[in-house]
Amino acid sequence: MPADGGDGVKVSPTIAIVDCGMGNLFSVEAACRHVGLDARVTDDPSLVRGADGVVLPGVGAFGEAMQRLGQSGLDVAVSDVVAGGRPFLAVCLGLQLLFESSEEFGASSGLGILAGQVVKFPTEADGVRLKVPAVGWLQAERVPRTGETSWNVHPFTGLSAAEYFYFVHSFYVKPSDLSNVATRTTYSGITYVSSLMHRNIFACQFHPERSGAAGLQIYRNFADSLRSLDD
Amino acid sequence: MNHRLIARLDIKGPDLVKGIHLEGLRALGSPRAFARHYYEAGIDELFYQDIVASLYQRHSLHDVIRATVADTFIPLTVGGGLRSIDDIRAVLRAGADKVALNTAAVANPDLVRQASRVFGSSTIVVAIEAIRQPDGRYLASTDCGREMTNREVVAWAWEVEALGAGEILLTSVDREGTGQGFDVALTAAVSQAVSIPVIAHGGAGSAAHVAEVLTAGHADAVAVASVLHYSALPTLGAAARGAVTGNQEFLDQGAKHSRFSGHTVASIKSSLRERGIPCRPMAVTV
Repeated sequence: MPADGGDGVKVSPTIAIVDCGMGNLFSVEAACRHVGLDARVTDDPSLVRGADGVVLPGVGAFGEAMQRLGQSGLDVAVSDVVAGGRPFLAVCLGLQLLFESSEEFGASSGLGILAGQVVKFPTEADGVRLKVPAVGWLQAERVPRTGETSWNVHPFTGLSAAEYFYFVHSFYVKPSDLSNVATRTTYSGITYVSSLMHRNIFACQFHPERSGAAGLQIYRNFADSLRSLDD
Repeated sequence: MNHRLIARLDIKGPDLVKGIHLEGLRALGSPRAFARHYYEAGIDELFYQDIVASLYQRHSLHDVIRATVADTFIPLTVGGGLRSIDDIRAVLRAGADKVALNTAAVANPDLVRQASRVFGSSTIVVAIEAIRQPDGRYLASTDCGREMTNREVVAWAWEVEALGAGEILLTSVDREGTGQGFDVALTAAVSQAVSIPVIAHGGAGSAAHVAEVLTAGHADAVAVASVLHYSALPTLGAAARGAVTGNQEFLDQGAKHSRFSGHTVASIKSSLRERGIPCRPMAVTV
């Protein structure tokens, strides 16, 4: 993956944004471009395999997204890319898709790259009714002994230990391996895993591309990790 | 949950406009300039309403959406004139995160069910424009308050939740643009009736109004317009003017609106925090 065009001009790292066919992928693209990445939305498995870095975004339903990934062969491409070790960013539904299964619209199987389940918020906590989806800005509290990352620049470089990010979701993940947990978040009394790191994967329930300056910092760290691979 | 402060921008053609009771529009400037200003000031979300789209059945907002998303990295909801799954897809493809449906949802409630299945509940906001009747009931209206329906507001809120809507944007048409405060009773009735977030809109004239609708009104979030726009105007100056094509009389007269002056995103949020109402603090620019 050359970072040098051959004439001494630095070429931006290429990013494949995996298109599950739903929702807003443009905001992920805009955030990538803002930090100098050459990003494009694609449903072509070969472009996903060939990119310097991959983002698995996601808005929409778990089952429908898995079906689309399976039909186009993107599920295998994503697993290959993760196994290949280059920095990989998964956002919101993208995080959930990495797990084994979800209870959304009946049980659906996921990519199974991470062990654990995706579960729905309960309808109430401590006798208080929960508004679901959870929509808004919540703090992601860093877990002291956090998961290992192979990113050359840590995903949270430059950010505080309890940064505010934008969330919108009805389901959350319950990983089997808690050593991967990077942050936890509490919504109306329910504390859940809001991001995790596993080797080259950084996966977050919140939307860094919609979380203002704090979120852009994560994209910047992603970009710097990719650039450092080519130095 | 931290309560969200949402800037609502009513858009007519290329202009940010503002009216009273959703009518009597005056042009204020370029929506992009206002959106960027609010983004930098720490607003939590943006809401664009194409205020004449329903009337003329047109979709002119796509370019404004694309330009906005390129330099504001917070959620953007877009409403106005969306009638089909294809209309919704086009707006999402242009960069909106969520869509708001009103007129089309009333005409064809099944659109809400289909859209939430295809795009996910969290992408679908149903806008309810409530008008208080002489007998005290609230009925939903469409086409920016111009057309009345027989739908009682709380019953309609239940229905759209059951159909799969992810949020409700609740406008009091009676209060909209007046700065006299939110309709707290209306907001409380709807917000306590449903299990999805309710955004209160219509009537904000001060931080105290915002605080009241979040506490007594049980709103999950608030959408404000005049209270921010009229204070932003002098700050933005020429940048706000953009290429205004609409009714400029107000801008030409010096663009002051004393009833709404002196409020900013920061002043409203710090006022909420002083009252112990949780909201995201001012963003620090990295």
